[in-house]
Amino acid sequence: MNLGIFVEQVPDGDGAWWEMLASGLGWTLATAFFAWIIAFTLGSLVGVVRTTDKQWLVRAGNAYVELFRNIPLIVQFFVWYFVVPGLIPAVKLWVVSLDPTEHQFVTSIVCLGLFTSARIAEQVRSGIQSLSHGQRNAGYAIGLTQTQTYRYVLLPMAYRIIIPPLTSEVMNLIKNTAVAYSIGLIELFFRTREMAEMTFRYFEAFAAATLIYMVIAMSANRVMAFIERRVAVPGYITQGK
Amino acid sequence: MGDLDFDVIGRSLPYLLKGLQYTLQLTLTAALGGTVFGTLLAMARLSSFKPLALVAAGYVNLMRSLPLLLVIFWFYFLVPVLVQSMLGWERPPQIGAERSAYITFIMFEAAYFCEIMRAGIQSIPRGQIGAAYAVGLTYWQAMKLVILPQAFRNMLPVLLTQSIILFQDVSLVSLLNVTDFVGAAVKIAQRDSRIVEMYLFVAVAYFVLCYTLSYMMKLLQRRIAIVH
Repeated sequence: MNLGIFVEQVPDGDGAWWEMLASGLGWTLATAFFAWIIAFTLGSLVGVVRTTDKQWLVRAGNAYVELFRNIPLIVQFFVWYFVVPGLIPAVKLWVVSLDPTEHQFVTSIVCLGLFTSARIAEQVRSGIQSLSHGQRNAGYAIGLTQTQTYRYVLLPMAYRIIIPPLTSEVMNLIKNTAVAYSIGLIELFFRTREMAEMTFRYFEAFAAATLIYMVIAMSANRVMAFIERRVAVPGYITQGK
Repeated sequence: MGDLDFDVIGRSLPYLLKGLQYTLQLTLTAALGGTVFGTLLAMARLSSFKPLALVAAGYVNLMRSLPLLLVIFWFYFLVPVLVQSMLGWERPPQIGAERSAYITFIMFEAAYFCEIMRAGIQSIPRGQIGAAYAVGLTYWQAMKLVILPQAFRNMLPVLLTQSIILFQDVSLVSLLNVTDFVGAAVKIAQRDSRIVEMYLFVAVAYFVLCYTLSYMMKLLQRRIAIVH
C-alpha cells in the first residue's frame, strides 16, 4: 500500500493521479445527472401512459419498457455508439463534427437516460396502480380532466410512494455509468483502470474507486431519505424514524 | 445502408454459439452458486449472533454499492494473489479471466440473492420457527425442512428475474477480453469490419432470448403461486 502514488504526476498528462480520478468522478456525476433528467422525464411519461385507458398507448408503453429491459446495457451502448450512426447518415454527419469525448458523453447520456427511463416507467406505473381507484374517480367527480387528475391527484401521491425504488434507480444509474468505459468515456472507472495499468498500483487504484463509489452510494441514500421525510404525506406512508 | 452484409452472422455462427454457451454456463453456475451462498448470507444476516450478522450485512452492502464492472476487475486481479498467499506459492497462478469470472459472479450475485432470500425467510410467519423448535427440530433442521422450502417457493419468481438480469450482466466480462456471446460478436465485428451488423444481431438475439425467458417465467409464476 503506497498512498504517495496519488500525488505522483501522470506521465505525459497534466496533474497528479488523484486529480485524474477527481476529473473522472466529475464525468461520472455529470453523465448521471443529465441521464437522470432524461430518465425521469421520459420514464414518468411512459409510466403514466401505461395507466391510461387508451389500449394502443398502453401497448406502446409496454413495448418501450420491454425493449430497453431485455437488452444488456453494454450492448445498448454499442448500438448507440456504433449502430445508430452507422445506419442513419444524418446522425453520422453530426457525430463526426463532435470531438470524441463529446460524442462519448452524449452517447452515454442518451443510452443511460433511455435505459433508466424504462425502469422508472415501471416504477411510476406501479406507483399509480397502487393508489385506490377511488382517487381517480374522486378527481373526475369534482370535474377535473384526465390530465388534471394526474397532475393534482394521482402523480403527487404516486411519486411519494415510489421514492424508495427511485432511490435505488439513482444509485443504479451512477453505478451503470461505469459501463460507459466500454465506449471510452473518461469517467471514474476508466480513470481507475488507466491508473492501475500505467502505475501497476492495482490495489491502490481499485481501493480508491471502491471508496469513492461507496461514498456516492451513501450520500445518494442520505439525500433521498431526506427528500422522503420532507415530502411524506402525514398518516399515509410510514414517515422516517 | 446499401453495403450491409448480414451473411457475416451465418459465417460466424458456430463461434457465436460457443460464446453463447459460455454465457449460459456462467449464468447458470453463478445463479446456482449465488443462491447457495446468498441463502447462507441471508441466514447469517438474520442470525442473532450480532458479529456474524454485521459482517454479512457489511459484505452485502459493499457489493451492492459497487459497479459490477469494478467488482469484475477487482476479482480478476485479486483472485490469483489470494490463491498465491493462501497456498503459499511463489508466483500467482495463471487463472485467466474466463475462470475468475465464475468466482466473481458467484460472489457478486450472492449479495443480491441474499437480499431476496432474506425477504423470503422473513415472509414466513415467525410462529412457524417457534413451532419447529417446539417439535424438537434443531436450527438447521428447522431451516431445511420448514423455512427454506417455503421461502424458495415464495421467492422463485424474484430469483428467476434476478437470474435474467444476471444473464444480461454476464456480457460485461467481454471487457476483460473473454469470449462470451458479446465478446465473440466484438471479435468478429472487428476482424471482419462488420460492426453495425454484428451489434445489431447481438441486440436482437438478446432481446428474443430475454423476452422469451421472462414470458416463460410469467407462465411458471401463475402455475406455482401459492393459493391463499
